[in-house]
Amino acid sequence: MPSITYIEHSGTEHRIEVPTGRSVMQGAVDNNLPGIDADCGGECACATCHVYVDPAWLAKTGTPGEQEASMLNFAATAEPNSRLSCQIEVSEALDGLTVRLPEAQH
Amino acid sequence: MNAPVQLDHAEIAATTPLDKLDVSDPALFRDDVWYPYFRRLRRDAPVHYCAESMFGPYWSITTYKDIVQAELAHKVFSSDSSLGGITIRDRQKDLRLPMFIAMDPPRHDEQRKAVQPIVAPGNLAKLEHIIRARVCEILDELPRNETFNWVDKVSIELTVSMLATLFDLPQEDRRKLSYWSDCATALPMPGGIIENEAQREAAFAEMLAYFTTLWNARVNAEPRPDLVSMLAHAPATRDMSPREFMGNLVLLIVGGNDTTRNSISGGMLFLNQFPEEYAKLRANPALIETMVPEIIRYQTPLSHMRRTATADVEFAGQKIRAGDKVVMWYISGNRDDTAIEEPDRFIIDRPRPRQHLSFGFGIHRCVGNRLAEMQLKILWEEILKRFDRIEVVGPEQRVYSTFVHGITELPVRIPG
Ligand code: HEM
Ligand code: FES
Repeated sequence: MPSITYIEHSGTEHRIEVPTGRSVMQGAVDNNLPGIDADCGGECACATCHVYVDPAWLAKTGTPGEQEASMLNFAATAEPNSRLSCQIEVSEALDGLTVRLPEAQH
Repeated sequence: MNAPVQLDHAEIAATTPLDKLDVSDPALFRDDVWYPYFRRLRRDAPVHYCAESMFGPYWSITTYKDIVQAELAHKVFSSDSSLGGITIRDRQKDLRLPMFIAMDPPRHDEQRKAVQPIVAPGNLAKLEHIIRARVCEILDELPRNETFNWVDKVSIELTVSMLATLFDLPQEDRRKLSYWSDCATALPMPGGIIENEAQREAAFAEMLAYFTTLWNARVNAEPRPDLVSMLAHAPATRDMSPREFMGNLVLLIVGGNDTTRNSISGGMLFLNQFPEEYAKLRANPALIETMVPEIIRYQTPLSHMRRTATADVEFAGQKIRAGDKVVMWYISGNRDDTAIEEPDRFIIDRPRPRQHLSFGFGIHRCVGNRLAEMQLKILWEEILKRFDRIEVVGPEQRVYSTFVHGITELPVRIPG
């Protein structure tokens, strides 16, 4: 199973095995990880599953689609490597992915 | 007052022909009898056309999933004020106010970004101290062993005080804010807060004059983290016309006012309606965290948001035509048992309490959502520190409105 590393804003790291086909958001929520709220449950409609993708991984995770980009546009803490984690599907190619969590979800 | 005629709403809702069902009557919300009508629509006609109502013809979207999809379809479902805006009630063409909640991209996006910093994590942390101090003051002044209106003494006091802080205006002017907010949302009627549109416009003109003075002082000063200064300095908003300034003021005042007010009142009512939940809370105050979003779901402070179709579309099997009015009933989606377990129960420790529709979804999702939650959280933390229980001692009175789902009177008593 691919393993994903989530780094909380405080620096605490969580290495989690996430089944392929789940989203990076679901990996966090299934394991009750603090720092990802996912209010809309993965519909790309709330922007409370915001993460920063380790720049080394950006080529593999891809870039935001149109709806995702408009939601990210409003996240107070968005950066060029921001993604909505419900829109990143876990695959073998993402084994070892690292994402950092923002100070707060909004 | 006029004695209510006892009607069997479950019976009426079940037997009215579908094409005659009209869920927009404000009396359904004032009398708190809307439940069976929406239950029927969710079951028999989840996307439903009503040809005749006091607001004209409209479509209703009533299930949780369909509402989320409608929110995402902002390209065909427009919020633009020139098409009618975001509430079921069309305003007269010449009285429509431009504001970013009633705009589509790209203008919406630019203006929203101008005020977004008010809720950035750093700013929220600063606001927390100020709000807590006000909450303590308000609670410490409450009478004991005496019946009083919770809405007036706590819900309104606290929300206008917070808004005055967001705008950075003198606290003694705070009640002006609730007055303007009430004028903005009231249905004109004899004896009401406004009797006609001219009175509404007069109140708005007074509001504009008040805020223009603040604007003029702040536009020439260093940028500060209050809403007026943000609007005066952001490139997307600094050249707004007076009407656009007026519109955005109404948005920020109404947005942050009735909604939070009615969540504060609702929370008190629900804990009294579900005493076992109140007991759970007293035993474990940490449950405030999950109770707050549950209060906001259960109250659903805005019953709906409206859109206007800009093209013919097929939506969930129905043909919606360009120009049609489309109403997303949050109040119904929040009671949809295919999305939320036991939705008619108020449960303060639900597993995923933030999965509700009260803040909307998509590009217009509420700017103030975490701020509103923070206010409720602080309030309940301070209530639990002070009072063993607060009792609702009489029936509540509700707002006559299809849009603002609210409570005007909630008699309570603090045993002491
Ligand atoms: C419990 C309290 C609140 C509720 C239930 C609520 C509800 C809503 C809803 C339903 C929307 C429209 C969402 C949509 O169309 O998809 C909205 C938008 C908005 N709300 Fe709130 N709100 C609350 C508190 C606040 C507060 C405290 C503020 C303060 C600043 C605020 C400011 C706004 C603004 C500016 C918008 C427009 C966003 C846009 O169009 O992009 N709200 N709110
Ligand atoms: S969970 Fe809502 S946008 Fe990702």
